[in-house]
Amino acid sequence: MAVGLYGAAFGAAATAAGLSVLQTCTLSLLMFTGASQFALVGVLGAGGAPLAAVASALLLGARNTLYGLRLAGPLGVRGLRRVVAAHAVIDETTAMALAAPHAAALRLSFAVTGASLFLGWNVSTLAGALGSSLLGESAQVALDAVVPAAFLALLWPRLRNSGTDRVVAAGGAVIALALSPVVPPGLQVMLAAAAVGLGFGWWRR
Amino acid sequence: MTWAIVLAGSLGCYLLKYLGLAASPALLERPAVRRAVELVPAALLAALVVVQAFTDRQALVLDARAAGLTAAFVALLLRAPFLVVLLVAGGAAAGVHALA
Repeated sequence: MAVGLYGAAFGAAATAAGLSVLQTCTLSLLMFTGASQFALVGVLGAGGAPLAAVASALLLGARNTLYGLRLAGPLGVRGLRRVVAAHAVIDETTAMALAAPHAAALRLSFAVTGASLFLGWNVSTLAGALGSSLLGESAQVALDAVVPAAFLALLWPRLRNSGTDRVVAAGGAVIALALSPVVPPGLQVMLAAAAVGLGFGWWRR
Repeated sequence: MTWAIVLAGSLGCYLLKYLGLAASPALLERPAVRRAVELVPAALLAALVVVQAFTDRQALVLDARAAGLTAAFVALLLRAPFLVVLLVAGGAAAGVHALA
């Protein structure tokens, strides 16, 4: 249900940012990692540089690498199965898989969550992309507000669990706002993330 | 150009996923790698929240999105599920827009 609204919001946001319906659906099919997709179309919609759009998506996508490192052992997939399984290594599947009591349940949970999310995400993206032109002004305003709210909801578990993350998040927000008037759209997000994340990482090493 | 961005971003994100499954788990043991991968998303998501909520191109603005974000914040404090957070944010923004 949540993935349906989030996917429809993505479809609408992407077409509002100037992507075609086909480009929007290609992102959900091939990128299939929500936060990166929102970041990419957010930067494009704000008139940002192509490199900034891709880099924002990749910086957010890097957390999937960490999930993969954690899942690699228990999933135990090789060859073609690994090529397919990799596509489903995202927030939701990792959370569901790691909550499983043993390895067989983990593999089943990963596969079921991955397949159902992939289906729901792509169908709702298409619906959002096609439906956005039918929306009135109030619905457009509502959708504009859904995007930052979704990012806040994704950030929330980190804010609740870690004091370090709270400091890092505050730093990222302040730097991004301060840079917004002076650098091209999209670049401020990358610079904020790189400066705070890497700087804090090295300082606390 | 948009197609190049879509395809390059998608390929890059896929490779990042695959790298995690294929790389040596020893990579995760390196403190610098671990910290960077754990901390960068917090900074990035926070930057995206404020940029998506408070900017319009290069200008800093305060509009209905701020009301939506505030409502989302309250909903999260009350431990509302993801779907409810999004609905509350959209509803608050539309409400403020209608009143303004």
